[in-house]
Amino acid sequence: MKRSVERHLNILDFTLASLSRRKAKNLSLLAMYLLVIFILASLQFFVTALKREAATILQDAPDMVVQRLVAGRQDVVPQDYAAEIGKIRGVTSVTPRLWGYYYDSLNGANYTIMASDDVQPESASVGSGVAGVRNLAVGDLLPLMSYDKIPVMLDINSIFSSKSDLIAADLILVSREDFRQLFNFPANQATDLAVNVRNQEELATVASKIVALYPDSRPILKSEIRRTYQSIFDWRGGMTLIILASALLSFIIFAWDKATGLSAEERKEIGILKSIGWETSDVLLLKFWEGSAISLTAFLAGVVLAYGHVFFLSAPLFVQALKGWSVIYPEFHLVPVVDPYQLSVLFFLTVVPYTVATVIPCWRAATIDPDAAMRY
Amino acid sequence: MRRSIKFLIFTSILLALFVSLPFHACRTQKNAASGNRLEMAALRNLHITDLCLVTEARYTRHPAVTDLHAAFQEHPTALEHFPSGSFILPKISGNSDQ
Repeated sequence: MKRSVERHLNILDFTLASLSRRKAKNLSLLAMYLLVIFILASLQFFVTALKREAATILQDAPDMVVQRLVAGRQDVVPQDYAAEIGKIRGVTSVTPRLWGYYYDSLNGANYTIMASDDVQPESASVGSGVAGVRNLAVGDLLPLMSYDKIPVMLDINSIFSSKSDLIAADLILVSREDFRQLFNFPANQATDLAVNVRNQEELATVASKIVALYPDSRPILKSEIRRTYQSIFDWRGGMTLIILASALLSFIIFAWDKATGLSAEERKEIGILKSIGWETSDVLLLKFWEGSAISLTAFLAGVVLAYGHVFFLSAPLFVQALKGWSVIYPEFHLVPVVDPYQLSVLFFLTVVPYTVATVIPCWRAATIDPDAAMRY
Repeated sequence: MRRSIKFLIFTSILLALFVSLPFHACRTQKNAASGNRLEMAALRNLHITDLCLVTEARYTRHPAVTDLHAAFQEHPTALEHFPSGSFILPKISGNSDQ
């Protein structure tokens, strides 16, 4: 047992000495390997955590949102719809929602304005993003220009903490009266209706009854909202894949070339080792340790750094890509999620192929005559 | 100290950090569930249907309740032009896309 451990330690010593002889080449390979794993793992952590946040937040989403379409575009919903939909068997509540967007010409930001029964007239609760761009504190006045060009002065009641940014970074909560005044919103109309149903199995039936009752309505089920967020930032779609695929392919070509193409110097080294008495198994063990030392270090360090990048530093590398032209950008205080299945996939897609690609050409070189290997 | 021992110590530290990640994640999840509950509860009463991920365009701010054609409706020959549109996919077709 002790002899076997000693043999491994000796070979590992030799491997590390051999790697340090080609320091620049191996360090650049390690850095690139680490970078690829870091980016892939960061993306994986980021997307998994976002999906979890979405699932948590959407638990309280209404069972169905009913919109009204006019010429294929979303339009306001008369509140009579709410009364009629409320009469459908199985519907427990219908809440008309008043919400919209406000473009702030002072700083180019878009706010989401929502009416809430919990807010007093002439006051507002704002998200930390709004407070940041308008430099607001509790007790300050927030002037907004109504569609009638009359300023609406709102007294800031409260500011949501940045922990709620994923829901409320750009949110301004106002009273229903202020909302109608701000947008000159027609009375007895709502932006859409939040519908709750007693039995979840009946959702599709209730939706079809609503469409039969009001052919211009469009029900959006909670399951569809969930599915939207499950598919958002999906690896299989969008620019993410194209950018990552090109980086990954470049790395694969580089690593494949490095791992499979034994240089004349390496062949000579194998020949010398065999001629001084090393077994083929020793040479393979040497190459196995060489591949493992680089790939395992890159994998472990890449994943740990990615975790810190996403969950401690709020993924600054993704900010520019996601932010686009947004003026308000939420701070991503994501709750960490580690998915063992996805990490295993990453491991088997990166570490295992590299190690195998290092060992196989050496096995071919190590099985030929040492004299021929040295003369190659 | 032998190089191999140094390397094994370094790898063990990395491995220990790696193994501790799920434990840290579980602990943070428990803390997050207990903290900030009041404010989140108030916000959840608003029947929120979307996450505030990006704020530059309506269809990426509220992808769950937007039209599929929202990205192209600015004018008759409009092209989708907001950067976040490249990352946020439109919703999968369902009975809401009638």
